[in-house]
Amino acid sequence: MAQPLVKKDDDRDEEADYSPFLGIEKGAVLQEARVFNDPQLDPRRCSQVITKLLYLLNQGESFTKVEATEVFFSVTKLFQSKDIGLRRMVYVMIKELSPSADEVIIVTSSLMKDMTSKTDMYRANAIRVLCRITDGTLLTQIERYLKQAIVDKNPVVASAALVSGIHLLQTNPEIVKRWSNEVQEAVQSRAALVQFHALALLHQIRQKDRLAVNKLVSSLTRGSARSPLAQCLLIRYTSQVIRESANNTQTGDRPFYDFLEGCLRHKAEMVIFEAARAITELNGVTSRELTPAITVLQLFLSSSKPVLRFAAVRTLNKVAMTHPTAVTNCNIDMESLISDQNRSIATLAITTLLKTGNESSVDRLMKQITNFMSDIADEFKIVVVEAIRSLCLKFPLKHRSLMNFLSNILREEGGFEYKKAIVDSIVILIRDIPEAKETGLLHLCEFIEDCEFTYLSTQILHFLGIEGPKTSDPSKYIRYIYNRVHLENATVRAGAVSTLAKFGAMVDGLKPRIFVLLRRCLFDTDDEVRDRATLYLNTLGGDGAVVETGADVKEFLFGSLDIPLVNLENSLKNYEASEKPFDINSVPKEVKTQPLTEKKAPGKKPTGLGAPPPGPPTTVDAYEKLLSSIPQFAKFGKLFKSSAPVELTEAETEYAVSVVKHIFDGHVVFQYNCTNTVPEQLLENVTVIVDASEAEEFAEVASKPLRSLPYDSPGQTFVAFEKPDGVPAVGKFSNMLRFIVKEVDPSTGEAEEDGVEDEYQLEDLEVVAADYILKVGVSNFRNAWESMGADFERVDEYGLGPRDSLAEAVNAVIDLLGMQPCEGTEAVPPNSRSHTCLLSGVYIGNVKVLVRLQFGLDGPKEVAMKLAVRSEDEIVSDAIHEIVASG
Amino acid sequence: MELCPSIKNILLLDSEGNRVAVKYYSDDWQTNSAKEAFERAVFTKTQKTNARTEAEITMFDNYIVVYKFVQDLHFFVTGGENENEIILATVLQGFFDAVGLLLRGNEDKKEALENLDLILLCLDEIVDGGVILETDANVIAGKVDSHSMDAGAPLSEQTITQALATAREHLTRSLLQ
Repeated sequence: MAQPLVKKDDDRDEEADYSPFLGIEKGAVLQEARVFNDPQLDPRRCSQVITKLLYLLNQGESFTKVEATEVFFSVTKLFQSKDIGLRRMVYVMIKELSPSADEVIIVTSSLMKDMTSKTDMYRANAIRVLCRITDGTLLTQIERYLKQAIVDKNPVVASAALVSGIHLLQTNPEIVKRWSNEVQEAVQSRAALVQFHALALLHQIRQKDRLAVNKLVSSLTRGSARSPLAQCLLIRYTSQVIRESANNTQTGDRPFYDFLEGCLRHKAEMVIFEAARAITELNGVTSRELTPAITVLQLFLSSSKPVLRFAAVRTLNKVAMTHPTAVTNCNIDMESLISDQNRSIATLAITTLLKTGNESSVDRLMKQITNFMSDIADEFKIVVVEAIRSLCLKFPLKHRSLMNFLSNILREEGGFEYKKAIVDSIVILIRDIPEAKETGLLHLCEFIEDCEFTYLSTQILHFLGIEGPKTSDPSKYIRYIYNRVHLENATVRAGAVSTLAKFGAMVDGLKPRIFVLLRRCLFDTDDEVRDRATLYLNTLGGDGAVVETGADVKEFLFGSLDIPLVNLENSLKNYEASEKPFDINSVPKEVKTQPLTEKKAPGKKPTGLGAPPPGPPTTVDAYEKLLSSIPQFAKFGKLFKSSAPVELTEAETEYAVSVVKHIFDGHVVFQYNCTNTVPEQLLENVTVIVDASEAEEFAEVASKPLRSLPYDSPGQTFVAFEKPDGVPAVGKFSNMLRFIVKEVDPSTGEAEEDGVEDEYQLEDLEVVAADYILKVGVSNFRNAWESMGADFERVDEYGLGPRDSLAEAVNAVIDLLGMQPCEGTEAVPPNSRSHTCLLSGVYIGNVKVLVRLQFGLDGPKEVAMKLAVRSEDEIVSDAIHEIVASG
Repeated sequence: MELCPSIKNILLLDSEGNRVAVKYYSDDWQTNSAKEAFERAVFTKTQKTNARTEAEITMFDNYIVVYKFVQDLHFFVTGGENENEIILATVLQGFFDAVGLLLRGNEDKKEALENLDLILLCLDEIVDGGVILETDANVIAGKVDSHSMDAGAPLSEQTITQALATAREHLTRSLLQ
């Protein structure tokens, strides 16, 4: 038996771990619960047993179904006792046990009796318990009492009924909605919290009805709510109304702004803060509107209460992202928060300062941060590193001190994610700030001398191989790289060998010495390292002679593998070992658009060393297999691109047809996917008659009819066109589905002998320029852009006319060109006035194309665009411009 | 969109991070082990901070946690990341002060466990299913404590011990204020 509850005594010398529940055990307590069945109830003892049961549940113990039922039934006996304290515990116990529907009936009458009792405390609690465990049918029985309770003069009873109403609205909305009148009355209650609960319930009842919400807000904002909580609710509802009416009132003052601004002078801090936050979150907030909100938040920054400081700095941090200048006034207060005891506040203060800081304050800021970095957790450090990176990009002149800071923290202790964030930042700075390159590379070299993470070492070695040879004195990196060959594990050694080879290929003066080093690697214990050394020695001309490295060797060493890795992996999996060697050219190049779920991942751009995330497996393989199995199309050559299916019929018509456009060098094949949705029909000899009169360059060469199309089993028919080789011909095609229809007896499923010829008009289909461009991403746009050179660059400016938003214009151009957006530049930050978008793709004939789009708002809604195209062929550069000009 | 302020959980832990009493109002933590993991995380993250004079605040896993310690008792209130921090702090203060009143100023783990029934009733009176019921510590403590005697019954019907207890309590409370 467990120890009984000992009432408080003054002897405090017992052992520290003493607990009244020491050694408590479920079985024993369940035994004790039998006292609930005694004819002479001892309220105090019963209370103690219930407390023990609740203690067990609270500690995570669970009761089996049988145990729970048994406890529940004996607890119901306790309604006989008149002891108030015991009754309270019974209420809590019943809620915790959450009885099943058939058990609820047992207590219903007792609870209903309490609900109509004269004791307010009984009424309030009985309502809460009953509403918690009840279902719809019982609810209609007690509805009358609940409506009365809502307007009860005792605020505790009214609140209990209103809060229960809020919960019940989720399960039985139709019943709760009938209480509107009572709830409306309760909104006028003099009791502060009743008004709060009534307001919450009333809004939830009416939230679908915008007009009603609008009315509610207008009437209440004229007065003042009685409790700070109700006032906070009102502020939230008001900002919702402002948000929803934003489109109608572009001109003049924002409705209800005065109310929000007035709330900034409320006496309760929670209301002041709620209003300030609401103002900062207004759509398209102006700096005049922001000022009063920023002023009160600034006062909070120097509050003695950490919660206020945190709330203020967190809100200001968000404001700094969109309106950095509005926050600069708070910089002095913010700087004193860097040394705040609360590290969350300090981190938020630092990142805000880094966003709002100006060039002259950078050095001072860095000094303060250095002291701070040593005593915060890695997750905070990553936030700081990212903020410093964007600061450096904003003030490139300050790269020296910022780069120094990064290299200092790189030397200190830290986990992988933190180190990776630093390395990524250094890499980005090297890429974007040419003056920072040499120091940055040396910092990375020093880091790999003592780096415990294989992943980071290999990534840095790879990066060194690309950037190192282009520096003024490439030889100084060789020592760092060759040291890796001695001191590291096989993965890093192999990476180092590849990097050495790249130096050898690019810097002729170093070649003989590199050969010596590579030859030493031939004796490595690991076969991958030996293989790589042998390969590079041979490709670079291992006879030791100083010869100019051939272009194809450079391409081999530096060219990016212009196929998505996932596609390569799939092709390799499908490849069956045979006499025929694996042909890398057979791997499809198309990057399939990523499913939405991946895009939703918080806007992390593929920056730094990581290549863009690989796309999911493609269906190109399947199309290619299908087409090559059809003899008429087998001679068309390699499939260049297959479009996504385009619907040619409305949803829910008799026949559903969609088309896939397959583009070959000299041909186009339309694949019509047909589905027969009429159970009483069998279609035979299905063809599509294509009228190409509006597509002059196309001539029909072949078609493949579909012999039979039974109900609900999709089939395909094909039509092939010839077009000029390698030319991106466009045109419009009108389609007519022609077939022989036969009646089917639904009972037997047999078709009649004779059929009738019939036709069915389909929607038109277009071949557009985007069909000739493959979405092929590049991992480093800047590198690709520069290595492409400006030989065939074409630049021009276009006016795109009025657009809803910048984002809409950007998407329209991306869709028009059908190219792959790089480095996450397809996402336009809200409220921005200009945007740069990077696209890459492969044009028909395997010509790489890179596009840099610069958008700007010109006037209220006019969007202007500067289009710069680089490609390997000037005709292609011109073609891209033509697409945009005509699109 | 849910606009009503809502509380995800209220935790009362001891100085080793063990439960004294906890109440979850949200489905974010389905199992007991998920709850325990959250409590451990909250405890380790906050144990080194000094939250004895003013309530402290932290943010992690997209939750905002406000907390306050006294002796070997650690009080926590958790809300969603978009919740008004000051509302959460008000709930915490209500809970903290109400427990102080109910334990008559002897706020430590032993006293809390010995009066666990009062603590559980206190949790029940502050928040109902995530909706804030009451934040005024005096009102909360008053509602919980009314049961130690029958508030409606006249003094003559109380036993001598009960009367003494009531008197002592009134005295302590007036001294505390």
